[in-house]
Amino acid sequence: MKRVCVDAVMLESRANELAARSIKGETKRAWIDLAISCIDLTTLEGRDSPGRVRSLCAKARTPLPGSGAPSVAAVCVYPNFVGIARRALEGSGVRVASVATAFPAGQSELAVKLADVEQAVRAGADEIDMVVDRGALLSGDEDRVTVEIAAVKNRCGDRHLKVILETGELGSYTAIRRACDLALEAGADTIKSSTGKIGTNATFPTALAMCDALASFFRRTGVRRGLKLAGGIRNTKQALGYLAILNETLGEPWLDPGSFRFGASALLDDLLMQRERIRTGHYTRPERIPKD
Amino acid sequence: MSSSPYAPAPESTRPRLRDEYGLFIGGKWCSPQRGRYDVTIDPAREEPIARIAYGGPDDVARAIRSARKAYERWWAPMKPATRAKYLFRIARAITERSREIAVLESMDGGKPIREARDFDVPTAAAHFFYHAGWADKLEWVLRAGRRPHPLGVCGAIVPWNFPLLMAAWKIAPALACGNTVVLKPAETTPMTALLLAEIARDADLPPGVLNVVTGDGATGAALVAHPGLDKVAFTGSTEVGREIARALAGRETRLTLELGGKAAHILFADAPLDQAIEGVVRGIYFNQGHVCCAGSRLLVEESILDESVARLQQRIDRLRVGDPLDKNTDIGAINSRAQLERIDELVRSGVEQGATLIQQRCDLPERGYFYRASFFTNVQSSHRIAREEIFGPVLAVMTFRTPEEAIEKANDTPYGLSAGIWTERGSTNMAVAQRLRAGVVWCNTFNRFDPASPFGGYRESGFGREGGVHGLGEYLA
Repeated sequence: MKRVCVDAVMLESRANELAARSIKGETKRAWIDLAISCIDLTTLEGRDSPGRVRSLCAKARTPLPGSGAPSVAAVCVYPNFVGIARRALEGSGVRVASVATAFPAGQSELAVKLADVEQAVRAGADEIDMVVDRGALLSGDEDRVTVEIAAVKNRCGDRHLKVILETGELGSYTAIRRACDLALEAGADTIKSSTGKIGTNATFPTALAMCDALASFFRRTGVRRGLKLAGGIRNTKQALGYLAILNETLGEPWLDPGSFRFGASALLDDLLMQRERIRTGHYTRPERIPKD
Repeated sequence: MSSSPYAPAPESTRPRLRDEYGLFIGGKWCSPQRGRYDVTIDPAREEPIARIAYGGPDDVARAIRSARKAYERWWAPMKPATRAKYLFRIARAITERSREIAVLESMDGGKPIREARDFDVPTAAAHFFYHAGWADKLEWVLRAGRRPHPLGVCGAIVPWNFPLLMAAWKIAPALACGNTVVLKPAETTPMTALLLAEIARDADLPPGVLNVVTGDGATGAALVAHPGLDKVAFTGSTEVGREIARALAGRETRLTLELGGKAAHILFADAPLDQAIEGVVRGIYFNQGHVCCAGSRLLVEESILDESVARLQQRIDRLRVGDPLDKNTDIGAINSRAQLERIDELVRSGVEQGATLIQQRCDLPERGYFYRASFFTNVQSSHRIAREEIFGPVLAVMTFRTPEEAIEKANDTPYGLSAGIWTERGSTNMAVAQRLRAGVVWCNTFNRFDPASPFGGYRESGFGREGGVHGLGEYLA
């Protein structure tokens, strides 16, 4: 597979220009709902409890009762909460996603990672968010990266596999692009930017580089693979910026929860606030949006 | 894969305008002596914006007299640090009124509000800030031991593609060096020059230091013909540049010319292609291609021709052509009917000479002067579209096999204003850049400007430099 280099200056300038599109009126209204329906509502904390997961699931089904807001795409939890989420979301259409493969650092043996995946799948996860071995990527051991992804994909069966590249640790856009290409080639259904557990999360230029990789894969194979952006996406303005980048690189078919996700928790509340403002004509009190 | 359209996002600010504008001479608004006025129109709506005075020889003489008086009495003797204060004040005023100026620039010229807002106005302000800083440090511009002296009265004639910015490029260094200025904006885009006059007056700039005489080519000719000028700075077509050089032959008047161009991008197979295509698109479609340094030729290494053409075609379909005042518009209106006809004529010649035309697929607004983003493949070096400056959103794509051939083709033009190189290899960048006969060579980017960086051409693209230390030298004796 050809190595693609990425020029940082032009990439950043283009990404920031696209993210500054002025999304107004009907487009804003439609895209806020789109953004809500693309959220993987996430809780990945040491203090997660069955109660907290259940309450997150309730919010995922009906983010703001009485407002007509759509439900989110999925709830994303640790493997040990998959069963609870599964039951809480029964019949809602909201999918259950689970992080696996020694999330977030991925520092473990392949056998342990596969066992992690298997447990999540057995407990009923529809989607698996795995982390790539950044050490292998950075040291140039690309085979290990692709073998691992292929093995996890195999263990996932028909579950949707998202491969977290942890772009903030890769050092350059060229390395990010390489990671995208390798993951797509190895069978990732979706490439995902970040774990949300380190300082540098999704950024506009990273998103653009990932979109370019997906567009290139589509041109080569005719297959549409997905994108998930995660970490640090907290408000509507950021979300609309990312959707504009997606819209103008990959195009309309990607503007769909089948091809695109936001991994977020706080973002939903801001989207709901903005949605209420458009719906009612004035800003609502933050207290009126349930916290979880 | 089409992209989803955006709901209209119109800029809501509207500048307060008068119906009629006179000439700005000696710090006052006055009527032209022959009383001639004409309208300037909004090219996107084909509606008049205001009536503009057309200055004649008498008005030009009056403006030069007033500039001379200001030069001798106030501006040249003034303490340089005080001159700097005025320039800082103008720079701040441009920043403070940036939104209003951007809207007016977009209305009068047809350029997208996004570009006027993010490029024209901030860069114009940056030029004033930069040169304000130079005003009391001019002894560092010339060779050691030479004391800097201003020239006197400068005539600045600017084009319609970047009306405010080109005015700033000339006014800021001229004033910083202690000269006074008579500015003649283009007849299709006089509005921001008039607004700049208003800003200068509000900044308490001594009367006569900046004069604005609006009008057409005849006004410009009268300005150049006047013996009271010490320097002419012109940006515009090579044709008019020649006339000016002819008119000034044998006179003491100094001259800088920034004229046309037919810049080439050289796209090597190892380039970061996603960003290179983006750079090529910006290089030619920025400001509807009304850019003297536009990258209007694309030389592609043969092995990536098909991919590059396919990518380019896909990319131009995503450009948003339409209302310049919509914040999401990428390509606005062509500046005038005459320019639209010229672009159309050259494009037809390209088709007749056997090149293949590819245009973006989109609807154009019913009113106004609009043109689709276009490019040609199968272009030969002898085709008119490969030689003449189109000054519109039209790119000519050609191929090369070796760096040698690329350099030869890039230099095969009577112009020499700018060029672009796209490669991941630093060594290729350096080796090729050295051999391109162009005033500016951009590597892995295009159309980047900074007041500290000199800009100007080779051969028929003119002489003299604007910006940076080199540019200041053009306004000092």
